[in-house]
Amino acid sequence: MIVGLESWTLARPEIFLAAATALLLIYGVVRGEIATPFVSVATSAALLVTAALLFLPYREGPAFSSLFIVDRLTATMKVMVLVGSAIAILMSRAYFEQAKAWRFEYPILVALATLGMMLMISANDLMALYVGLELQSLALYVIASFQRDSIRSTEAGVKYFVLGSVASGMLLFGSSLIYGFCGGTAFVQISGALADGRATEIGVIIGLVFVVAGLAFKVSAVPFHMWTPDVYEGAPTPVTALFAVAPKIAALSLLVSVLMGPFKPLFAQWQQIIVVASVLSMALGAFAALRQQNIKRLMAYSSIGNVGYILLGVASGTEKGIQAVVFYLAIYLVMTLGVFATVLMMKRRNIMVEQVSDLAGLARSQPMMALGMLIFMFSLAGIPPLAGFWGKLYIFMAAVEAKLFIPAVLGVLASVVASYYYLRIVKVMYFDEPAEAIDRPAFGVNRVVALVAAFLIAVFSLVPQPLSVIAEAAARGLFP
Amino acid sequence: MSSWPILSLITFLPLVGAFFCLIVNGPKEAVDRNCRSVALVTTLATFLISLLLWIRFDPTKAGFQFEEKVAWVPALNIGYHAGIDGISLFFVLLSTLLTPICILASWESIKVRVKEYMIAFLVLETFMVGMFCALDLALFYIFFEGVLIPMFLIIGVWGGKRRVYAAFKFFLYTLLGSVLMLLAIIAVYWQVGTTDLPTAMEKLDLPFTWQCWLWLAFFASFAVKVPMWPVHTWLPDAHVEAPTAGSVILAGVLLKMGGYGFLRFSIPLFPEATQYFAPMVFALSIVAVIYTSLVALVQEDMKKLIAYSSVAHMGFVTIGAFVMNMQGVQGSIFQMLSHGIVSAALFLCVGVVYDRMHTREIAAYGGLVHRMPRYAFTFLFFTLASVGLPGLSGFVGEFLVLLGAFKANTWVAFLASTSLILGAAYALWLYRKIVFGELTKDSLKGILDMNGREIAIFLPLVLLTIWMGIYPNSFLDPMAPAVDKLIGDYQAALKLARTAALVP
Repeated sequence: MIVGLESWTLARPEIFLAAATALLLIYGVVRGEIATPFVSVATSAALLVTAALLFLPYREGPAFSSLFIVDRLTATMKVMVLVGSAIAILMSRAYFEQAKAWRFEYPILVALATLGMMLMISANDLMALYVGLELQSLALYVIASFQRDSIRSTEAGVKYFVLGSVASGMLLFGSSLIYGFCGGTAFVQISGALADGRATEIGVIIGLVFVVAGLAFKVSAVPFHMWTPDVYEGAPTPVTALFAVAPKIAALSLLVSVLMGPFKPLFAQWQQIIVVASVLSMALGAFAALRQQNIKRLMAYSSIGNVGYILLGVASGTEKGIQAVVFYLAIYLVMTLGVFATVLMMKRRNIMVEQVSDLAGLARSQPMMALGMLIFMFSLAGIPPLAGFWGKLYIFMAAVEAKLFIPAVLGVLASVVASYYYLRIVKVMYFDEPAEAIDRPAFGVNRVVALVAAFLIAVFSLVPQPLSVIAEAAARGLFP
Repeated sequence: MSSWPILSLITFLPLVGAFFCLIVNGPKEAVDRNCRSVALVTTLATFLISLLLWIRFDPTKAGFQFEEKVAWVPALNIGYHAGIDGISLFFVLLSTLLTPICILASWESIKVRVKEYMIAFLVLETFMVGMFCALDLALFYIFFEGVLIPMFLIIGVWGGKRRVYAAFKFFLYTLLGSVLMLLAIIAVYWQVGTTDLPTAMEKLDLPFTWQCWLWLAFFASFAVKVPMWPVHTWLPDAHVEAPTAGSVILAGVLLKMGGYGFLRFSIPLFPEATQYFAPMVFALSIVAVIYTSLVALVQEDMKKLIAYSSVAHMGFVTIGAFVMNMQGVQGSIFQMLSHGIVSAALFLCVGVVYDRMHTREIAAYGGLVHRMPRYAFTFLFFTLASVGLPGLSGFVGEFLVLLGAFKANTWVAFLASTSLILGAAYALWLYRKIVFGELTKDSLKGILDMNGREIAIFLPLVLLTIWMGIYPNSFLDPMAPAVDKLIGDYQAALKLARTAALVP
């Protein structure tokens, strides 16, 4: 088939991002270290322009012989990923400058990872999926160990690389099985073959299990979560912020489009896997975080728990469920960026601190910072009227509609356990006697991000309707 | 004027005050003073506006009045639907009355972080009032749970020694109950396609097994809030550790949320399950009445004693609510209102001496009558009201509940009435230990009687207690049509279920 102009227009955002990244890379190489501030701002701007290109003018359909697809769901997910990455780059400057690791390669690598995420989200073929995933992963492995003087950062990168490769291997193995049994890697071919009666073949099911396992690793769902706490703790904090949002959203989007797309005929098979992974993630995210002292580690378990809730929405397999996933991810993005912006402001005598106990008495020394964190924590715990509650409500509505009663009950119980450790942070900030005060946060990107995030949470708490309209529009594409 | 959104006004007016407190800035002294004044003015204004509700309330109508309905989240079919009937009217008034009293009671006793304290109380008032006005299940849940956030902070920041433990226990206990209710609300939503309460009451038609499950899920939430035995253990801890005003709101309003929830949701939505589970509720209530009364007898902490007495009194409320006849339900509501005022006043009485002596140990007091005659009178007045002296508010509620219970089940009435004796025993014992006897303790020799501010706090409560005791009809008449409708609908639903069961 001739690749027509149509394909190029559909992939316009990706092409723009790739070209912009390449140009910035050249500029950085030519100018050297001096270029870093410009490159980082320009990369963020490029990411945001890419997000705008998705909608101006908005087109949808398959492209490049169906390797690639654009619809409302992929566009919405891409916007979230792009915004997450752009903000993560902006948030990282102060941190890396202080760590003397402020190099122009960092924003470039983030942009490349983001490009990979966009390809993942739009993948309409197992090969395209794999290429996108690897582009993302390779860039992220490097970023995890970007602070190369730090042992923990290096360790995080190596750990992420080794375990990530295993997951990629599983994914590739699963894909090859599916290719063998279905006679093609394109999603259309797979769903066609499954509709033709291949669905009962054991090879397809084993392949599906491997693919799901590989993707579960990427979203850090239990039992493939082991890397998450170590990588989150070891990686530089701005990188952790990025890990907690962009790749997670991309991988979840990919999971949704794979499961609800070609493998929809195998719903009964994959639903069991997802339900189990969801319940285990919710439980582990709740219980394992109870004793954590390091905020980044705690947020790692928190993100595992959140993925559990999102997977419950995926497991319902209904339109409501997918809406819930989109809705929850949007709120999760805001909350997580807000928390990490606050964590990046935690400095004592100009040294970054990241223990929960360092927050002691924050309500008295930095009342606004404490108030912001309070909002994020109650929202993450899903206590109404904060926005996190709407996300959980949406998810549980979908689960009850799909008659997943027992997972729903286990989910709400896990959320009670989880609320304990969110409350513990509130307790440390508000009830405890002040420790040595945290420095007054300098005016900067992090303060703006935290402020905007807290404001958005407040807005979504009162007016969740616009988000649910977006979620509805995004989910409709999957249910023609 | 009828289109004037009076319910929204009293719900959200406190938030305006909270916002003003938030932006107040300057030297600490001035900020504290300004926040106190802003909070007092806002809550008083809210109270005065809420009185309009009572004046304009049509006591002959059974349905909801002052209704406001706006589509809020159309995607989920959740609306902002507020309205009150005879059942909720007085709970709204109770909340708006107690909040300014709490602000006044904390005027001098709260010295640290006054600004945050006042904000917490104002936000709390919004949630409380909003909850009693909510006619949408999701909206109700939001307010019902939202209460936890300010209360958690009030207990945890301004509480006593074990405040952290108490705050966590309070929060997690009530949250655990409530999340199950959330699932039940979602299940109702999928049955009727909306969370609007009147629509749900009309259209909900569930098989019996389903009713039972959902009833239990609602019960888990409300029973913890009431609190019923054996899930009452958070209450003594929370009461003891909370600052005085926190205890007042806990006892005065928060406990009522459970009883109100039974009447507003459990009974009308799941009539068959209500009938099925009523004996269980009776059994748990009787255990609560007798057991917690006995436990109250051996307490050494004044607040703990009153907390246990609250559990016993709330046992009466649940009995009354589930006998499902006119006297029982009216008695139950009346008992809640009376308990809301009397136990709040008792906690304030404890607060008066606690502010002076900074201990709640019963053994640390004795002979206060010699130094504090006005205090001795007030305390005696509310002790007797709590015991149920005829002519004061406590009597009416207990009498009506016993009357209703007697009609439904003699044994329930018999066992419940033992609490009258036990209640008198522990309340009078407490009073004797604290107020009577010789003034032997040196620390008490210089204690001062109540000042003008404290008298101003107690005066409205005293008058109200007498009014409710002497002429309860002012309160019973407006609630009668709504209660009548509640019982009528309940009986009709049961009858329908019976005939349906007979038809093969």
